[in-house]
Amino acid sequence: MQPDAQRDIYFDHAATTPVDSRVVEAMLPYFAERFGNPSSHVHSKGVEANQELDQSRASVARLINAPTETIIFTSGATEANNLAIRGHLEANQERGKHLIISEIEHYSVINLCLKLKREGYDLTLLPVDELGLVHPDKLHAAMRRDTALISIQHASSEIGTIQNIKELAAIARETGVFFHSDAAASAGNIPVDVVDLGVDALTVSAHNFYGPKGVGALYLRPGAKLEAQIIGGFQERGYRSGTENLAGIVGMAKAAELALAEMPQRREHLTGLQKRLWNGLAQKYEFLHFTGHPSQRLPGHVSFWMEYIEGESLLLFLNVYGIQTASGSACASNMRGQNEHDLAASHVLTAVGVPAEYCSGSLTVSLGKDNTANEVDYFLQIFPQVVERLLAMSPLWADKLKGKNPYQ
Amino acid sequence: MPESASPYSKKVMDHFVNPRNMGEIADATVVADVGNPACGDMMRLYLKIENGIIVDAKFKTFGCGAAIATSSMLTEMLKGKSLEDAKSISNQAVAEALDGLPPVKMHCSVMAEEALIKALEQYNRSQEQKPDSFEV
Repeated sequence: MQPDAQRDIYFDHAATTPVDSRVVEAMLPYFAERFGNPSSHVHSKGVEANQELDQSRASVARLINAPTETIIFTSGATEANNLAIRGHLEANQERGKHLIISEIEHYSVINLCLKLKREGYDLTLLPVDELGLVHPDKLHAAMRRDTALISIQHASSEIGTIQNIKELAAIARETGVFFHSDAAASAGNIPVDVVDLGVDALTVSAHNFYGPKGVGALYLRPGAKLEAQIIGGFQERGYRSGTENLAGIVGMAKAAELALAEMPQRREHLTGLQKRLWNGLAQKYEFLHFTGHPSQRLPGHVSFWMEYIEGESLLLFLNVYGIQTASGSACASNMRGQNEHDLAASHVLTAVGVPAEYCSGSLTVSLGKDNTANEVDYFLQIFPQVVERLLAMSPLWADKLKGKNPYQ
Repeated sequence: MPESASPYSKKVMDHFVNPRNMGEIADATVVADVGNPACGDMMRLYLKIENGIIVDAKFKTFGCGAAIATSSMLTEMLKGKSLEDAKSISNQAVAEALDGLPPVKMHCSVMAEEALIKALEQYNRSQEQKPDSFEV
């Protein structure tokens, strides 16, 4: 297989997924025809919109086996994480001032909690093991009498590891500590059941399962209290004011219905492609190291780091051949920053023990339901060519060939 | 090479995909290393200097697209230059020759300038240590 200028291969589904054409179709009437405001209770357009909102809520609830009324629509996972964490703390101030999160949370959890720390909260960052798992005994040991909240993601978009949330949430429940899980990377891609997991709150993101961007949801266990973070009218039971993004919500609901109906086939397909890619890479390079859990991981997710070559140049070269992937490399981290101080190696890679001098060589390949075996084979054909070219440029590789350790 | 949408200028991409003067000079007059793997970029600059003229320049670089492109452009600018003229090549000049770099990537051009300064210093030191050499 030769490099093909016409290829447009998208292997970055952990960043976002394309909106399914059936989702687009479901959304279209809600822009110009059924444009009503669900808060306009009396006239036809408003009533129609309100009914659609209720039905959409039911569809999203079904995806995570939640009662319909427990779903709060938000502008996405970031807002849902903010609402769950700050909203819970503000509504339950008597609980204490101690927060526990894992070291590998999304920025919307980590940066919020760092801000809360500056505001006077105590923050414990739970370490993960080299496969990216939070250990229940570590959580147990970190808990205090004044622990107010625990937030641990369900799955990592960067290293693919799926946490044992059920076990972790059970520990929180022993002492009645509020347990939130960010399931942005997992919900819609693997089974997520809030009752089985035993969580108090859970974040869902539409654009991670073939829905539109700009819409997400927070599950809130019946009886749990939150303080609203966006203040205004009475939408979403007062938890989240602002006229609902109905077209987006309808899209999220349609994507949730499709995800639920097609999940077994999608997972089987993705697990097959994942195996094909993994096996194609394993044993090819002794300086390629997989990250995350080998089996307890998101379907279609393959992540690794390489010695001697840098991640952004790897991404850039693959993109020249039409293959779009992601890297946790510092140099690829924030192209829109003002200067190099806006660049930082991934905290997730550091947390799983990848030494800083190697973090720069990381790559995340996240496959989607519409990717094919042919595309994976093309990647496996192109990848060694790209690696070879970058090794030829690398002074580190030159040193290694001369028997020196370039990292010392 | 196909043209994909890129955060870099066409010229940067050209120098990244088809780097000029990439490799080693076996009988280099000076070899200068700057940067390190922990910072995510490292450049090794090889210069062959004869009679005060840079007759050949090559590089090896571990780093992002901007690091590789600035290395390539620097060596292009150095070849055939007198040491005096080479001294005045700044990182801005290298970045401008590439039709600019994203602000966050300007430090990559600084690495190229640092490599040049280090190589020239090394050369000057080596000349001071050989007072009997026949430098013209």
